[in-house]
Amino acid sequence: MDPAGFCTQSRVFIVAGKGGVGKTTVTAALARMAALAGLTTLIVEVEGKSGIGAAFGRSEPLTYEEVVLSAGGGPDGAADIRARTLTPDDALLEYLEDHGMRRISKRLLSSGAIDVVSTAVPGIKDILVLGKVKALERSAAADLIVLDAPAAGHAVTFLTSAAGLLDAVRMGPIRAQAEDVLALLSDPARCQVLLVTLPEETPVNEVVETAYKLEDRVGVQLAPVVVNGVYPVMEGLDVDVAAAAAEADVFLRPGEAEDLAEAARFRLDRMALQAEQVRRLADGLPLPQLELPFLFTTELGPDEVDVLARALADSVRKLP
Amino acid sequence: MSALGSVVADRQIIVCCGSGGVGKTTTAAALALEAARRGRRACVVTIDPAKRLADALGLEALTNEPGKIEGDWPGELWALMLDTKSTFDDLVMRYSDDKDQARRILDNRLYRNISGALSGTQEYMAMEKLYELHDEGRFDVVVVDTPPTRNALDFLDAPRRLTRFLDNRIFRLLMTPTRAYLRAVSVATQAFLRTISKVVGGEVVADAVAFFQAFEGMEQGFRERAQHVLSLMSDPATAFVLVASPRRDAVDEALFFASRLHESSISVEALVVNRLYPRFGAGSADEARSRASSLAGTPLAELYDNLADFREVAEREERHFAALAEKVAPAPIARVPFLAADVHDLAGLQRVGEFLFS
Repeated sequence: MDPAGFCTQSRVFIVAGKGGVGKTTVTAALARMAALAGLTTLIVEVEGKSGIGAAFGRSEPLTYEEVVLSAGGGPDGAADIRARTLTPDDALLEYLEDHGMRRISKRLLSSGAIDVVSTAVPGIKDILVLGKVKALERSAAADLIVLDAPAAGHAVTFLTSAAGLLDAVRMGPIRAQAEDVLALLSDPARCQVLLVTLPEETPVNEVVETAYKLEDRVGVQLAPVVVNGVYPVMEGLDVDVAAAAAEADVFLRPGEAEDLAEAARFRLDRMALQAEQVRRLADGLPLPQLELPFLFTTELGPDEVDVLARALADSVRKLP
Repeated sequence: MSALGSVVADRQIIVCCGSGGVGKTTTAAALALEAARRGRRACVVTIDPAKRLADALGLEALTNEPGKIEGDWPGELWALMLDTKSTFDDLVMRYSDDKDQARRILDNRLYRNISGALSGTQEYMAMEKLYELHDEGRFDVVVVDTPPTRNALDFLDAPRRLTRFLDNRIFRLLMTPTRAYLRAVSVATQAFLRTISKVVGGEVVADAVAFFQAFEGMEQGFRERAQHVLSLMSDPATAFVLVASPRRDAVDEALFFASRLHESSISVEALVVNRLYPRFGAGSADEARSRASSLAGTPLAELYDNLADFREVAEREERHFAALAEKVAPAPIARVPFLAADVHDLAGLQRVGEFLFS
């Protein structure tokens, strides 16, 4: 499959996974891949964290107002990548203003009535965030909208909020909003969830569990699962160091042979462990897999995002 | 004795905090195991353990009561998986005047949503459970693993948020049944509630009113309890252990957390850094990289490139590590290397312990 085709299967991709698996990295790589394929991309960040901005070299935090993270039009033919935050509080205030309650919105917040209402109706804040994403999708705010979903166990709660809310609220604008969100989530032509994991035991177990929960409870379309942090293949490590030195006619300082051999052994062991976990994932979850390489060299910045986006595109091209 | 060793040997409460995915649960369990090995009666309160670790700790059945783990140590090791809802139910039962009041609260729909929907409830109930176990005196030390919060602030703010919720004035005014109070409800407040009803439906407001009515008289007990819980956090018998991994995002969160604890006058007793890459030899990454390029085409090139890769990772981790160490100074630091397999049994916990207490 070509990357442009992959990214236009639906307008919204929700990137989800447990804490520490590299959700933000994958969000950045997916956005960059889409931009390289000529698609304008909007990244939506819901937790007010700084990671996504830093990945594109921005030091100031993102804001509710869209900003251009990466301007297109350069020699690589990439389109713009824009980004914005969309925290539940922002979404709520905007909702109140849109529904003629601008005047009381401050009082709702300061009196704590918001806490009472959002407790009485669990998921209301999630619905407002997803409702806003739906509005962005409907207004075709970008060719591709990538939502960096809340971390940890929140992903399932976040995405099941619409179904839960329909049980709790029988009428009114909030119910209508929940119905719209559910329609978005259950339509594979509009929205897909891209799950992220690491090639390690616990993250693999957790992603399999999350995938089944999402399919059962939300009926959302699952995109291929992204395995992040896979060691790039390096040939020639399984050799005898002394023999290699002799062949290269090089004299090794004391201890150097041991360092080389131990580092080679460590990588080979880790690669074997990763391969085993990738197999376990394939056995446990009948979804195609995409791989992103582990970056040894530096922290995630614009250059690294570019490398990862191209690796992701290569991986997408291998999909049937 | 190592610094963490003395924490485990002397303190009555150990709180492990840090962002998600850094090995908090494993660290908490390893600390409790070490306490048992030193002859203490230890209990670990976990929030969301990975399934295999939960099985190893005998946590399959969620009872919200400590279960004993048998093993070859002089002390005792107990574990429980926090059930936020039952902990809250217990609290309601404790402070209600009679069974009838408790029942009205427990059956209320708003109340039933509290444990799942009110932000900070899980954090607060973890603290509450900790307080309860500590107060009972059954254990010499209770180790708690904090929830992977979206925002580290939630954890220290949780008691205040909950009492603020329970004290909500608008609803309190409206629900009070006597006529004198009804007159006191301003026209503005009534209009305000009507507006809320229009958006979310009248039932929601009715549920809220019924909840606050049933809760009448209990908030004082709750507030005092919350105060006790908070003061226990700054008690000298309590130790905070900050858990991190050397990745940039985890380090950023750990730095933020350390600042927050500092603002609350709580000092970090120790820092645990998990999943550190090994360091191969004393040379630098650059040195290995330039050797690799000068040896291009020979079988040594890949070997040097690989060595350079791991040295770069180690150097980067070292920089992150130094930033954290400076922030929590003079707290001691325990390093746990990348282990070949995930920890999911007592032998694995003991292996982690060897690094924590070396």
